[in-house]
Amino acid sequence: MTTSAKTIRGLGSAGTGTQHHIRQRVTALALLFLVPWFLYSIIHACKAGYEGALIWVAQPVNAILLILTLCAALYHMRLGMQVVIEDYIAKSGTRQALLILNTFVVFALAAATILSVLKIWFTAGA
Amino acid sequence: MAGQGRADPRPLSPHVQIWKWHWTMAGSIFHRVSGVGLYGGAFLIGAWLIALATGPEAYAFVETIAFSLPGQILLFLWSMAVLYHFANGLRHLIWDGPMVGFSPGLASLWTMFNFAFAIIGAAAIWSLASFY
Repeated sequence: MTTSAKTIRGLGSAGTGTQHHIRQRVTALALLFLVPWFLYSIIHACKAGYEGALIWVAQPVNAILLILTLCAALYHMRLGMQVVIEDYIAKSGTRQALLILNTFVVFALAAATILSVLKIWFTAGA
Repeated sequence: MAGQGRADPRPLSPHVQIWKWHWTMAGSIFHRVSGVGLYGGAFLIGAWLIALATGPEAYAFVETIAFSLPGQILLFLWSMAVLYHFANGLRHLIWDGPMVGFSPGLASLWTMFNFAFAIIGAAAIWSLASFY
């Protein structure tokens, strides 16, 4: 498959790839530390039942690490899904719609989960 | 980039049929597949946290689903995806940073290790979690 020069000339690069790349790596670096903690903790919390899970989330260290894990993971997956959409969806309108949906979904999940952690922290921790 | 609603005329990535399957290719594809899977998995974690904040009835409902057979299979696949994406992501960071492990032989070996790590690691986590 060859592309004639006239179809690519002047398009250049998007010019914003470096920032995306760095953010993907920095969130990955954070998750390198947060994910092992999260896996270990979530298994313990799940096995402890409703009351035990509440007590676990209500501990300040766990609540803070949980919020950090959520922020890093959600940002990381937003970047990742953005690239998947850009790679596979060529149709401009659908692509834009999915990219916006990706952002909305991630922010909605972030708001709902972080609020949940804070609610448990403030109510069960007191 | 202008939104004329037609296919982007720029070239696409080389397509899957014209490549011979090899380890690093499979590793790269499964990195993306597991990443998309984990995107879905975030909704499971979200459901668990939101149910926990909502109350005992909501939490019991989520527990029923999570401890059902389909739920357990889904969670096992999720843990495998986490471990694979984690190990292969670490490889990406090392490739981007100190840039070691690029030689074809080592890259293939490393990819095989990542697959083994995901499968054996998930099995180990689940047997440890269910025994104590």
